[in-house]
Amino acid sequence: MKRIIVATLNNTAGVLNRVTGVMARRRFNIESISVGHSEKEGISRLTFIVNVENENQTEQLTKHLNKQVDVIKVLDITEDDVVERELALIKVSCNSTNRMEIFGFLDPFRAQVVDVGKDTLIIQIVGAQNKVDALIDLLKPFGIREISRTGVIASVRGTKRQEKTNKLLAY
Amino acid sequence: MKLKEKQRTGAQLLIDALKEEQVEIVFGYPGGAVLPLYDCIYDSDLRHILTRHEQGAIHAAEGYARVTGKAGVVIVTSGPGATNILTGLADAMIDSLPLVVFTGQVNTNVIGSDAFQEGDLIGLTMPITKHNYQIRNVADIPQVIKEAFHIATTGRPGPVVIDLPKDMMTNGVNEVPEKIEIHLPGYQPTLEPNKHQLEKLVKALEQSERPLVAVGAGVLHAKASAALLKFVEYYQLPVVYTLHGMGAFPADHPLSLGMGGMHGTYAANMALYDCDYLMVFGARLDDRFTANLDHFAKKSKIAHIDIDPVEISKNVYADIPVVGDVGRALNYLNEIVGKHPECKEWMDLNMKRKKDHPLKYEPSDIVLKPQYVLEILNRLAAKDAIVVTDVGQHQMWAAQFFARNCPDTFVTSGGFGTMGFGIPAAIGAQFAYPDKEVYLIVGDGGFQMTLQELAIIIEHKLPIRIVLLNNYALGMVRQWQELIYKERYSHSLIPGQPDFMKIAEAYGIKGVRISDPKQIESQLKEAVAYEGPILIECIIAPKELVYPMVQAGKGIHEMEGV
Repeated sequence: MKRIIVATLNNTAGVLNRVTGVMARRRFNIESISVGHSEKEGISRLTFIVNVENENQTEQLTKHLNKQVDVIKVLDITEDDVVERELALIKVSCNSTNRMEIFGFLDPFRAQVVDVGKDTLIIQIVGAQNKVDALIDLLKPFGIREISRTGVIASVRGTKRQEKTNKLLAY
Repeated sequence: MKLKEKQRTGAQLLIDALKEEQVEIVFGYPGGAVLPLYDCIYDSDLRHILTRHEQGAIHAAEGYARVTGKAGVVIVTSGPGATNILTGLADAMIDSLPLVVFTGQVNTNVIGSDAFQEGDLIGLTMPITKHNYQIRNVADIPQVIKEAFHIATTGRPGPVVIDLPKDMMTNGVNEVPEKIEIHLPGYQPTLEPNKHQLEKLVKALEQSERPLVAVGAGVLHAKASAALLKFVEYYQLPVVYTLHGMGAFPADHPLSLGMGGMHGTYAANMALYDCDYLMVFGARLDDRFTANLDHFAKKSKIAHIDIDPVEISKNVYADIPVVGDVGRALNYLNEIVGKHPECKEWMDLNMKRKKDHPLKYEPSDIVLKPQYVLEILNRLAAKDAIVVTDVGQHQMWAAQFFARNCPDTFVTSGGFGTMGFGIPAAIGAQFAYPDKEVYLIVGDGGFQMTLQELAIIIEHKLPIRIVLLNNYALGMVRQWQELIYKERYSHSLIPGQPDFMKIAEAYGIKGVRISDPKQIESQLKEAVAYEGPILIECIIAPKELVYPMVQAGKGIHEMEGV
């Protein structure tokens, strides 16, 4: 099962290494990871997606991450009402005959062309992971030269988080 | 910030900070990158013990930490000096021992350039420390050291590394903060247990028919032995302990069923198998204790109290999880005592098993049996004597036949199983308590891994009684090869051995060799009475096996040699 986990970290040297080290040592497979500055100075926010077999594994992972001194808070927000976004830059082959056909895909996905070359286009798309995947699938027949994805970032809607997520509070 | 004194160097700040933390003793080994620090130590009254290898320094610090509960402090140089302590760090990490370890580092301007004796100690120690720091600003030194001691000794204890670039020791600062406050939002260990959960624990206990208490090292770290005894005696509950739980509950107490696990007693392991309510106090429930998880406490509801939330439901699902300090939990449990469970039949069964299947061995008047040696020592030793072991057969025999009744009197490498731990750990324990009897039980294999530290024993006149159980083999490896690998003794028999008596003599330590079972009692009595360090080499039966044994993959109830 896919889990979306967010963590706040001290922005110290090597902190990302600490976090990914825990995941590697405990054999968790990271599907995507994204980190950047948060609203507080000196604090970074990390969003990552892992594939786990059961809920117990996620609980173990969040507990292990929480043990790191430079990790301030870890939350599994999969069950919450979240806004989930990823940005992708897709470089696709094209020629004068199929260029318009490609342009036709962009609007429904609210994607944009950000570069036009002699025989390539770079398309930028922002959306949930599955939306990005869907556009990539559609573009595949034209010949994809390169894909760069930022990894998913996520934020919980509104101000209230559901009770369920932090089971640790129970004990 | 207030001007305290004119220009202090990083090294001076470091020594000041160690004094501030009331560090009594430091184990270390100098080298290029820490020369400025050692130059500063030369002028200070810091007690520094020069070991003969960095591994000796860190194991000595572990021994010190294990018996005192205080942080053991180590100083080593960069590169090889620092990599030589990795085994000790991993050992301290898994056995939850508080250490603060200073590693030298090359100058900041050459870090990353493969300079002489450069090593990425932050990267190397990340998975085997509770936390690590590299000093980047001289002025940070007091703050970092304060945090390091705090992190090492609170919550679930563990080792903390501070990497010291050489220029950080020599550079000076004008201003240091007058008062240092610890602000670690990412490190807030839960000490206070949830009372509601503890009430649930008691409710379940009242309703249980076959309750059992399992005791781990968490009780020792929390200094909660007295509270545990009160709790157990009030309800009259049977108790099993882990290897590291040794001493947390008196081994000779009528309610003690002994150690559980791979080489645990029949009564303890059967109780773990049959119980219907298992209360675990500060134990990790690792594979050496649980054996095959499919058979561990399967008929049982489980309450698990641990300060480290990760341990709860990691290996064994906890029906009643409690995160917190075991001592605080026990104090509350002793306040809210409930009614006694009805479990007379269960108690009778446990007592009968204990009586019918005690730890045993085949006595001999031809060859010396290791168990017999340890039984005699147990009789001769003071009640609060500290027993230190290395790793292997002798370690298990010591746990069985030299079991302890007082807290913090058993020092062993449990989780990591580090051979060579014994000699330096005994040194650390004796430094911590110069007036206590320290017995080191060690095999001929592990003895040869760190015997260079014997030099310290005589240099500081540490009256350690070294009992070398010599079976001319790597006994535990030999045992597995005999039982599992069809007696194919691949590299486990030691054909060429030094004359241990001559080694003792070379180091200026009195040596006695004992091999005759008929004389052992009087010879041991005489040896133990000797004041000052002594090496007692016992030539033991080479084919003796540790029993009972639960073989790898078997259930806790499937013991051999009962």
